[in-house]
Amino acid sequence: MEMVEIQDLVKSYGSVTALKKLNLTVPEGTLYGLLGPNGSGKSTTLRILCTLLAPDSGEVLVQGVDALKNPRHVRQKIGYVAQEVAIDKILTGRELLQLHGDLYHLSRVDRDLRIEELIDQLEMSQWVDRRSGSYSGGMKRRIDLASGLMHQPKLLVLDEPTVGLDIESRSTIWSLLRDLCANGTTVLLSSHYLEEVDALADEMAIIDNGKVIAHGSPDQLKKNLGGYRIVLRVREFSDPSESKKVKEFVQLIEGVREVVVNKSQGFSLNLVVEDRDVLPRLRSQLEEANFDIFALTESRPSLDDVYLQATGQSIMDAELEVFGKRDFKREAKQSMR
Amino acid sequence: MNQEFRFSEFAQETNALTRRLFLQLIRRPSTLIAGILQPLIWLVLFGALFANAPEGFLPGGMDYGRFLGAGIIVFTAFSGALNAGLPIMFDREFGFLNRLLVAPLQSRSSIIFSSVIYITTISVLQSLAIMATAALLGYGWPTLEGITLVLLTLLILVFGVTALSLGLAFLLPGHIELLAVIFIANLPLLFASTALVPISFMPAWLGWLAAINPLTFAIEPIRTAYSSSIDLSSVLIQAPYGDITGYGCLVLLMVLTMGSFLTIRPLLNRKLV
Repeated sequence: MEMVEIQDLVKSYGSVTALKKLNLTVPEGTLYGLLGPNGSGKSTTLRILCTLLAPDSGEVLVQGVDALKNPRHVRQKIGYVAQEVAIDKILTGRELLQLHGDLYHLSRVDRDLRIEELIDQLEMSQWVDRRSGSYSGGMKRRIDLASGLMHQPKLLVLDEPTVGLDIESRSTIWSLLRDLCANGTTVLLSSHYLEEVDALADEMAIIDNGKVIAHGSPDQLKKNLGGYRIVLRVREFSDPSESKKVKEFVQLIEGVREVVVNKSQGFSLNLVVEDRDVLPRLRSQLEEANFDIFALTESRPSLDDVYLQATGQSIMDAELEVFGKRDFKREAKQSMR
Repeated sequence: MNQEFRFSEFAQETNALTRRLFLQLIRRPSTLIAGILQPLIWLVLFGALFANAPEGFLPGGMDYGRFLGAGIIVFTAFSGALNAGLPIMFDREFGFLNRLLVAPLQSRSSIIFSSVIYITTISVLQSLAIMATAALLGYGWPTLEGITLVLLTLLILVFGVTALSLGLAFLLPGHIELLAVIFIANLPLLFASTALVPISFMPAWLGWLAAINPLTFAIEPIRTAYSSSIDLSSVLIQAPYGDITGYGCLVLLMVLTMGSFLTIRPLLNRKLV
């Protein structure tokens, strides 16, 4: 059975269309990753799923329940951990959890038992009775996550859960998410960290420009891509004109299928080649043509390659491109009710 | 799939949200202390300022301290209620409101209701503190009937202004804008009311403003509450457009409160549904 079914979701903010008939299916019991650069539509999708935002059109079902028609019913099934940590700095961690327990109508006994469980699971006993205003980023994120888990939701939705976290907090959260999934909770997380989705997700979808452009398991997506990858750098930090010149040259070499310039990696060239024999051929022809070679490395397809293949640019380049155009003030206003 | 309304769950969520507001108050008592001290300073300073006012300045030769007390009580409750939207605004800004809205609340009006309970309690406590101080200064203490009238009048006023402030908290883009509205509204409404001087002492244009100011409709019944025999059928405001009795004041206040609720209701429905 599917935990989430989203069909033809459209959402616009003024003249900007954030979601363009987005379709997504999340199977029950999976740890599902949504990968995409900032501004691709991940957060908007999750906010609609969690009934915080109404779409312009489309359908959202959670365990077969229409989230737009029966939002309260859906809210009972979902735990939501937003991108920005939402805590009341005056309250202690325990008081925040008590508040959330009451908002989910747990009995006092169940609420307090659940709080103890979460304190144990998320290793919060040392600081949970301190005011949350004094917490580090990692502690805030853990208490926020615990709030989302208070009512033992069937579906846990996390929007960029590990952004800016230290390694220890990230590791604790990853481990908890794996445990939750192993115990039957469906976890849907958005991230723009490739390694996070790669390491955690059973299945994933790549979102770009308001649409799902690829979906499947990370391994399957990489396998489907096929071919071998070579990264070529003629200098440590090249420039657009030089990389264009080299690209034009290597495109003509036998066995080179595709060449993409990776701006975020010093204008290096990402090559898709037919087989491993291309590598020596490439090296010798570059040397014959008097091109310097700073680095020439072979790699297996990564999720970035999947994204690159689908969009023609790396996820980092997509982020850098969008970053300059984003109106953070407007986005903050949109996220406010 | 419509779920039935369970009052016990509504009470649980309202109680939890109200508790949160009181915990904030206990841990940051400066706002409460300032909220009590400021009107007391006003009472002492303004009381001294007009202590030697000429005879006949006040209707019925009333003592100025007693005259002022009612104005300060109403102004304190009004200021407190006008600030009611601030916690909601901060919750909006810091994303905590979204956290509340993803919970399966029986009714999202529990968010509003908890704010109303909180502000009303604070306003009543502040008013009682002012009344006690006024009594210590020798300005008198109302009878039980008078106290009931004071509390009833304050409740009507506080409900109306709280509704308005909560509406603004959802309407305005941020707390800076909300604070600007509060600053702009606060003192002009005080001075354009009968809190400090009677209408007869004002220039005609200001008398008109005072006679349509909701604060005046709350101040005059409270002023009456301090008299030994309360008669709400007697004329309390000699407005330029006609005389208004005590009952008239309360009815007008009630109408304005209802108007405030009805005005912001569509906005709250849109934001909270």
